Amino acid sequence: MTVVVGCGAGFSGDRTDAARPLVDALMSYDAPRALMFETLGERTLAAAQLRRIKDPDSGDEPLLEEFLSPVLSDCLANHITILGNFGAANPDAACRRIQQLAKRLGHSQACLATIQGDDVRDRLHALDWQAWEGEKRSISALEQVVAANVYLGADALIEAMTQGAQVVITGRVADPSLALAPLCYYHNWARDDWHSLAAGALAGHLIECGTQVTGGYFADPGVKEVPGMASLGYPLVEVERNGRLIVTKPAGTGGLVTEQTVKEQLLYEIHNPSAYITPDVVINLEHVRIKQLAKDRVEVTGVRGKPAPDRLKTTVSFLDGYQGEAEISYAGPNAFARASLARETLRQRLALRCPANLRTRFDLIGISSVFDGDSQLAARTIEEAASDIRLRLAVEHADKSVVELATQELLALYCCGPAGGGGVRRHHTQRLKTASYLVPRQQVAPTVTLHEGEGNE
Amino acid sequence: MSELLHRYAHARAGDKGDRLSLGVFVYQDAHYSWLVEQLSESSVTALFEHRGVSHVTRYLLPHLNGMNLVLDDALQGGVNGALNLDGHGKTLSALLLSMKVTPPQI
Repeated sequence: MTVVVGCGAGFSGDRTDAARPLVDALMSYDAPRALMFETLGERTLAAAQLRRIKDPDSGDEPLLEEFLSPVLSDCLANHITILGNFGAANPDAACRRIQQLAKRLGHSQACLATIQGDDVRDRLHALDWQAWEGEKRSISALEQVVAANVYLGADALIEAMTQGAQVVITGRVADPSLALAPLCYYHNWARDDWHSLAAGALAGHLIECGTQVTGGYFADPGVKEVPGMASLGYPLVEVERNGRLIVTKPAGTGGLVTEQTVKEQLLYEIHNPSAYITPDVVINLEHVRIKQLAKDRVEVTGVRGKPAPDRLKTTVSFLDGYQGEAEISYAGPNAFARASLARETLRQRLALRCPANLRTRFDLIGISSVFDGDSQLAARTIEEAASDIRLRLAVEHADKSVVELATQELLALYCCGPAGGGGVRRHHTQRLKTASYLVPRQQVAPTVTLHEGEGNE
Repeated sequence: MSELLHRYAHARAGDKGDRLSLGVFVYQDAHYSWLVEQLSESSVTALFEHRGVSHVTRYLLPHLNGMNLVLDDALQGGVNGALNLDGHGKTLSALLLSMKVTPPQI
């Protein structure tokens, strides 16, 4: 038997018309099917938590209706289970909105499930914390914590499906678990069948960033051509009970699935390929083979699994100071010299006006920006060829007024010069930072709540 | 004569916290051992030195004709802490591909 899972969103800002072709394709399969939406990045959840603090009925995925309304009715009518972490900081709020949407679409008896237990903000002092590898900040040193969420695994999601859920709404779960859950449910894999679980989690990993495996984020004209960039097909993965999996996409959509697109996504955000840690299984990719079977059909085999970890990763988000950004453009003859003079002038003004502990960075966009470090070591070796340059100032400080004062100094270049500067933009935000830790699995207790036919209320 | 790695390999960047990972693959299988020669932990460290990289770990994947490079402290605070426009470091796959290399002999 084959189980097919599609991914209708790879992040919170993804294309909201993506799922329709996926669901058309899923409906054509004579096989168990599921559709996942992955909309939570490392800080998306903290931002959602901040919205919930302001409005208790908020804090779920803002684009929930846009993602679901084109496909919810067909999924409910055709036994295509939807699983999404679009509950973000408030799965109950997402559940209410989906119930209302289902009711409007004539499905008032829809069976929805919410998963809770990832949010441990109220238990910060009760948990046995360990720093995640690479994390230098101690949890006890963090102030103004706004979110603390454990990456849950597939268990509670499988339980929700067992109880009959047609839509499973979660907050933080490991992204691959959104696909692993329906695969475990339909294939009835044992929870210690590590090789199968690894294949299922890898299937989820490959599709959880949406088009990143189907030609999105791959195009490099003349080198890596991708057709139909404006109509990219989102991914489908066909998984057999023995763990063999095939990545593909709906017919008639743009993009492409090749060995190259699958390889790039295989290692995406992975560190040690022999031990990619998920809450459900530790995946070993060392022996993976990738093979093009047909156009837009790529087979992945050879994945192996090791027992799931004893501790679960937890992301803690905290407010920490303010960031300010301001930009001004210089173009045409002598643009580099004028932009450089503006930068030097700003340096002097900030030294004069702002505290010494103001963190600063300058970019000359068009000459040197994203590649460079904060100390601008690379920029010093770059020749003055560009003639359309944007000077960018970025600052950080604990005090908002200092940040505003610093960016105001860039604004002042409007009149104070150098000559021909224009197009100033300023932007200030409170900084939301994240740190990662590990907590013992037994201290985390996910729960499933079923919401059935409540759309009639 | 030197050329850019971009001609022979493709890459994608990923981030977790302050750690950057770069999956790199050659277009032609025959170039794999050449890639391993060109992209040593020390040559990658040198390319990213200005970013404050503290350590580079290289994981070879001969079945895939590629490797995974993991660069510690490459993101100067990462997506939530960096002042860089690209806090994720997503553009840094292109920095790797801008490395000057000695072309493969085959």
